[in-house]
Amino acid sequence: MTKNDLSTAPPLSGKNSSKKEKSWVPVVLIGIAIAYLALVLYIPALNVFYQAFKKGFGPFLSNLTKPDFLNAIKLTVMLAAIAIPLNTVFGLCAAWAIARRKFPGRALILSILDLPFSISPVVAGLMIVLVYGNNGLLGSWLQEHNLKIIFAFPGMALATAFVSMPFVAREVIPVLEETGSDQEEAAKTLGANDWQIFWRVTLPNIRWGLLYGLILTNARAMGEFGAVSVVSGNIAGKTQSLPLFVEEAYKQYETEAAYSAAVLLALLAVVTLVLKEILERKTRIKEVE
Amino acid sequence: MMAISSNPVNSKRTPTGQNFLRNLFQMPWTWRITLGYLTVMLFLPLGAMFLKASTESPSEFWRIATSPIALATYDVTFTTSLIAAAFNGVFGTLIAWVLVRYDFPLKRFVDASIDLPFALPTAVAGLTLATIYSDNGWIGSLLAPLGIKVSFTRLGVGVAMIFISLPFVVRTVQPVMQEIEKEMEEAAWCLGASQWTTFWRVILPPLFPPILTGVALGFSRAVGEYGSTVIIASNTPFKDLIAPVLIFQRLEQYDYSGATVIGVVLLIISLVMLLGINILQAWGRRYD
Repeated sequence: MTKNDLSTAPPLSGKNSSKKEKSWVPVVLIGIAIAYLALVLYIPALNVFYQAFKKGFGPFLSNLTKPDFLNAIKLTVMLAAIAIPLNTVFGLCAAWAIARRKFPGRALILSILDLPFSISPVVAGLMIVLVYGNNGLLGSWLQEHNLKIIFAFPGMALATAFVSMPFVAREVIPVLEETGSDQEEAAKTLGANDWQIFWRVTLPNIRWGLLYGLILTNARAMGEFGAVSVVSGNIAGKTQSLPLFVEEAYKQYETEAAYSAAVLLALLAVVTLVLKEILERKTRIKEVE
Repeated sequence: MMAISSNPVNSKRTPTGQNFLRNLFQMPWTWRITLGYLTVMLFLPLGAMFLKASTESPSEFWRIATSPIALATYDVTFTTSLIAAAFNGVFGTLIAWVLVRYDFPLKRFVDASIDLPFALPTAVAGLTLATIYSDNGWIGSLLAPLGIKVSFTRLGVGVAMIFISLPFVVRTVQPVMQEIEKEMEEAAWCLGASQWTTFWRVILPPLFPPILTGVALGFSRAVGEYGSTVIIASNTPFKDLIAPVLIFQRLEQYDYSGATVIGVVLLIISLVMLLGINILQAWGRRYD
């Protein structure tokens, strides 16, 4: 189309037509891009809010007070409260260990760190069942000691921590690599101990990257469905996190309840995106997930 | 693993004594936590799965892995993921182009919204897509008279996969596109190339590696996707049942061998994809 327009345009009006073309090509391309995004992203996103509030705030508020729903919220918050500190400590240690030096196998260990993102959540859940389930590796030992991990909270926490494992390390490693270790060495020669160096020098340097990692960890931990679904048993009021509640309510044709829960998770997503945008502007890191 | 944990300690013996003391004091415990956590969280579960898979005889493994129902789920999973990823390859590149080259109202909002599929829990995505693309949904009701059913069919699985893999291509292509200098295109125009030729010969070649990387990342994400696809599909075998859902169903029937075999197949494919993506990224850096 473009080619024809250009080659058939008479030379005399060349300047004119190219000017005209400059004005319509962007409009068409922007139009296609927005239409595509509307079909795939915007209309579905708007629909969540529309469905949740189409009868006003009443149904949403009455759903909010149901015990199963409240339990699901509580559980989701607890899962994040366990996964975030675990993965933060791990992520900081891993970043510290990996970022500052080159050693053989470094590329390999970076790939291993990313592995939880490549593994299907269902496979992640399956692996946890194969370790801690009744027929799993540690199953008989756990039964002897009366410990229940699968179909209970600990299993869900493990699954959540698994799928959100790499975020902190991933965001902190490039920042650590970039800042180098000069400042820390200076602090060292001035007599600071390791904790002082970490709190006073390293942490302020990596704080935005770390915060970014924390936000992503939180979003994934609260929103995880597949892995948690496999290990939880999905018992309403007991092992049902918010995303599981959404699916269960939908399957039971309680669309209203499903959307009440969904809108909370969608709000979480919006907050995540806003914070992400603010942090990106602060650090100017535009990275690919 | 041992090799990795001992290497950094050994290799740091070379610097000055002060550095050495610091490393001896610090290295072991950060590494110990890193490797300890990885062992418990990652290596142990991986080991458990391969151990379980190895209890099957190879012929039994092959029989389960290639049973008709499993083959049908591979077909649905991989073909649909590939189509979804290819779709995003084309439209993702277009979106990146629009975001990098043109100015329009709400551009910042559009740019930030690209990451929505990363932030929105997959169950919510599945729920809202299933509603919208169902026969009486906002978009589904427009398609129904044309005889196109989306929700509860393979097409619905494709839509969910397009949703979750949308950001990858945009986010891999965008930074590379930003670095392309406009002078190159202007030079091509001055030398008499048409806009179309310029696009194919000047703009596209350096974008090719990031587009492929984005498509591969999106594909590998779509293959493993469970939350949104399980909700939008009817999960009927041989129709729109995907491999992760089959694993889930096998587990619900306490068929651990069946679940494990298909899990191993999926895992190996993810590992191959990861390797391929690393190679693609190395290829992309050629232009740096």
